[in-house]
Amino acid sequence: MEHFPILSIITFLPLVGVFFILMIKGENSDKRAKHVALFTTVFTFVVSLILWFTFDKTTADFQFVEKASWLGDNINYHMGVDGISILFVMLTTFIMPIVILTGWISVKSRVKEYLIAFLILETLMIGVFCALDLVLFYLFFEGGLIPMFLIIGVWGGKNRVYASYKLFLYTLLGSVFMLLAMMYMYFQAGTTDIPTLMAYDFAIDAQTWLFLAFFASFAVKVPMWPVHTWLPDAHVQAPTAGSVILAGVLLKMGGYGFLRFSLPMFPVASVDLAWLIYTLSVIAIIYTSLVALMQNDMKKMIAYSSVAHMGFVTLGIFAFNVQGIEGAIMVMLAHGLVASALFLCVGVIYDRLHTREIDRYGGLVNIMPRYALVFMFFTMAAVGLPGTGNFVGEILVLIGLFKVSIWAAFFAATGLVLGAAYMLWLYRKVVFGELVKPDLKAMLDLSKREILIFAPLIFFTIWMGVYPATFMDFMHVSVENLVTNHQAALSAVAETMAP
Amino acid sequence: MYQIIVFGPFIAAILAGLFGRQLGDKGAQIITCGALVVSAFLSWVALFQIGFGGTVEHVTIMTWVSSGDLNFNWAFKVDTLTAVMLVVVNTVSCLVHIYSIGYMSHDPHKARFMAYLSLFTFAMLMLVTADNFVQMFFGWEGVGLASYLLIGFWYKKPSACAAAIKAFLVNRVGDFGFALGIFAIYMVTGSVEFDVVFAKIPELQGQTIHFLWMDLDLITTICILLFIGAMGKSAQLGLHTWLPDAMEGPTPVSALIHAATMVTAGVFMVARTSPIFEYSPDALAFVTFIGASTAIFAATIGTTQNDIKRVIAYSTCSQLGYMFFALGISAYGAAIFHLFTHAFFKALLFLGSGSVIHAMSDEQDMRKMGGLRKKIPWTFAMMVIGTLALTGFPFLAGYYSKDMIIEAAFASDSSMAGYAFFMGVFAALLTSFYSWRLIFMTFFGESRSSKSVQDHVHESGNWMMAPLYVLALGALLAGFIFKDYFIGQNYEDFWGSALFLKDAANNVMEAAHHVPGWVIASPFIVMILGFLIAVYAYIIKPETPAQFSGTFRYLYALFYNKWYIDEIYDYLLVNPAKKLGVFLWKKGDENIIDRFGPDGAAASVMALARKFRGLQSGYIYHYAFAMLMGIAAFVTWFVFISGGGAS
Repeated sequence: MEHFPILSIITFLPLVGVFFILMIKGENSDKRAKHVALFTTVFTFVVSLILWFTFDKTTADFQFVEKASWLGDNINYHMGVDGISILFVMLTTFIMPIVILTGWISVKSRVKEYLIAFLILETLMIGVFCALDLVLFYLFFEGGLIPMFLIIGVWGGKNRVYASYKLFLYTLLGSVFMLLAMMYMYFQAGTTDIPTLMAYDFAIDAQTWLFLAFFASFAVKVPMWPVHTWLPDAHVQAPTAGSVILAGVLLKMGGYGFLRFSLPMFPVASVDLAWLIYTLSVIAIIYTSLVALMQNDMKKMIAYSSVAHMGFVTLGIFAFNVQGIEGAIMVMLAHGLVASALFLCVGVIYDRLHTREIDRYGGLVNIMPRYALVFMFFTMAAVGLPGTGNFVGEILVLIGLFKVSIWAAFFAATGLVLGAAYMLWLYRKVVFGELVKPDLKAMLDLSKREILIFAPLIFFTIWMGVYPATFMDFMHVSVENLVTNHQAALSAVAETMAP
Repeated sequence: MYQIIVFGPFIAAILAGLFGRQLGDKGAQIITCGALVVSAFLSWVALFQIGFGGTVEHVTIMTWVSSGDLNFNWAFKVDTLTAVMLVVVNTVSCLVHIYSIGYMSHDPHKARFMAYLSLFTFAMLMLVTADNFVQMFFGWEGVGLASYLLIGFWYKKPSACAAAIKAFLVNRVGDFGFALGIFAIYMVTGSVEFDVVFAKIPELQGQTIHFLWMDLDLITTICILLFIGAMGKSAQLGLHTWLPDAMEGPTPVSALIHAATMVTAGVFMVARTSPIFEYSPDALAFVTFIGASTAIFAATIGTTQNDIKRVIAYSTCSQLGYMFFALGISAYGAAIFHLFTHAFFKALLFLGSGSVIHAMSDEQDMRKMGGLRKKIPWTFAMMVIGTLALTGFPFLAGYYSKDMIIEAAFASDSSMAGYAFFMGVFAALLTSFYSWRLIFMTFFGESRSSKSVQDHVHESGNWMMAPLYVLALGALLAGFIFKDYFIGQNYEDFWGSALFLKDAANNVMEAAHHVPGWVIASPFIVMILGFLIAVYAYIIKPETPAQFSGTFRYLYALFYNKWYIDEIYDYLLVNPAKKLGVFLWKKGDENIIDRFGPDGAAASVMALARKFRGLQSGYIYHYAFAMLMGIAAFVTWFVFISGGGAS
């Protein structure tokens, strides 16, 4: 470890916050704990800006690498980021202060434990995106489930046990297969080092099985149809902050996993099974959009819309070209902000009226004009209006996909129409109309804290839409390298097959 | 200069929208109107520089997206076509802004309204100045958003909200086609920038694309996809259903968006992409067919409607049909000329009807009007000018542009030209009829309104009347002044490279000047005929319409109910989608996936758990513990294995 271990510091900084929160005793401890948590997350974000400004955008190599012997000779503590993962690290550190602010008032029971769960979760999420060793990755990846599970199970709604159980069951099932695959890879390649494995050629039939095993885990995380049904329940039951982190970061782990593992390590299987991904993704987009259209629970609707949006992500990744993959990453980043914001929008009125039922609302624009504006903005962003990051991502995905499969692009594009249908319907039911329901009349418009939460989300959503180069410059070299290596691997296989 | 034209309204919209409370209504009105006056003035300067100077301006602002070999910028391309659109958009928008000061004087949300109007103008300007397809799409969706916001401006009315959503969604269907068209263009040309794409199109002739189990002609497919977008935005047959409903919005909105500017975006788009359409005779024939059909279809409905704004809305739909079939027969100049003149007289008619509605205490049903010509004489005069211009009375705006289109249709040798010509002439008859019907029902005869409404009837204030006078001037003179440039002898100098003709020697516009006399006379004759029928039916024998609708009950019902298109769509698309949604949710997610997935597993786990009651200390911690154990076991295993490997 020759240089400053910046990645480890960022990853474990939240745990320092946890330590301080545990120290807090006596009067007003909840309030002080909140301040500590907020300070920790903001500080982590500030430190992560060092990555942002010192990252070298001209190379596809992993940067800020740390490597230390850990478990024996072949399993190392190996961290590093490339142009893809750095964006997710930034997304995580950026979202976290917002997450802490979200539950500032609404969470009243076991506040310290609540904050600790979120801080631990932050460490694990950053770890997932930095880990360059299978074992390390697995620890972070699966470990993240525990705090999430507790967040839903302890601070969730009425049906929280069912929801957290469902989350657990799905994820566990996926990860068992991934674990087996990892063991096999270790036996084959003799290492768990991710960069080494990316260059390793697995036998073609083994690739198929390995791909499917990883797919089982990532597909649940994304989530893809038909293993998506845990998501609506998890979202509905989770406290607002839990939904935000779930939509904002956790769902992106699946897409990241496809990019980091499936494409580079199993290139042939990826191409062979692309039809499966296309089919499932297209079904997801149309199916969940239709289901979303008929929901009466706001969170459920947005959860279903997340499934549809993540369908774009998987389609883009498996287009295997620069536009598709860069688009997929942009969709993930933009969705991270916009879906988070939509859950926050629901949270705002949920905090006031304690119901998520669409029918209970109506005419909020009359008393909450600022809220109406914010909600309109994010509705339009979710619909993929040009000028927002979502548009850039979706159009790149579709443009990349169209080159590969006109069919898939055709059906995926229908999501543009369906997506607009349910989002506008939701907005109309909640915000427009005459304010008649008596219990709505006392509702207050956005507070300063809430505006503070939304402002950065709006700002970056527009930035991504108008000048995405700021973000895409990071990924260009890494994505091009990924695509080049992928094609090289394919043609190498084609050559050996030819004679 | 172009930055000021385009971004001026945007900045005004932001200021008025976000700081409306601080600025006050006056402040917001001054800022937005001021920005628009400046933009409108500069637009005319641009038209003179570009159109009469014969240059093309390119302005690059900054990179937008760069990904692999796909690159496009935020950039303007200003040629004559764009300059004409700048003039139309900014002039009408400026007048509508001013008119709105008067029209919305009783509304509590003036700043918001002005902000939306300016936002719309900005989006429309981005659309017409785009130098690539994606930026055009940005403007395209942007005007859709503004239109949605403005139609739903009176958000307390459920019908307004429904109309707003409908407009957005139907447009989205069109945008779906447009987007696929852009993807296809990128796939085959490797670019989305107009100049690059247009240069590559000739090489692609004869290539095919495999889709829907068929090998389709590549260029035709691209054109049809783009045209689907145009159909949505310009309310052409099939995707027209949102336009009449959009009349729920305030009247200035109808004049600006749903008559003069946004709905003409489709026409603009086809003219802009003429270098692509010219290489596909099939696509052009399709455009002609849709345009001619819409012209007649909308006109038939227009003859039966009773809402004053809806009549004008269907009239707009029908006139857009004229523009499209002009495009389809390669008479691009005539199409844009009609777009230009139509903007003046149709905005005049809408704003005039707004003045009528204002006078009638927000009554829009013509059956409750009548006899208004003496009470609001200036409005009456303006409406008559608008009507004369629309029906093509000699030397007024519509006379030059519409007659040109009909003559060009006769002269053209396109496969659909004959159909277009006859539909065009017949629609002209209906146009004259329904336009005069509107005038007679509104301004002539006895008043049919209630006493209290009648007492309130008053001429509108100067803020509203002044824009009408300016538009009336346009409706009177725009045709005469500009005809030589748009469609006459200065055609080539004026348009330059903006409009493309594959076979420049065989210009249909040239041929249109040499058609037989009866062709030239026919639009005039049917116009007079339509006028006479209207006079007979609504002045001389007012009982005629009732008799007619009684005799031809089914035909009347068909027209009155808009050919039942909305009902058909509900039956075929909307309701099945809803049912499918419920089905997938209840049956798919809950009955199948969950039952055989987690819930089924849950049941067996629960059964198992009952046996180990002692361990069941609350599920949550239980599972968390189990997971921790799992991870611990995993790590141990790895330590063991790797340790073994090392020794």
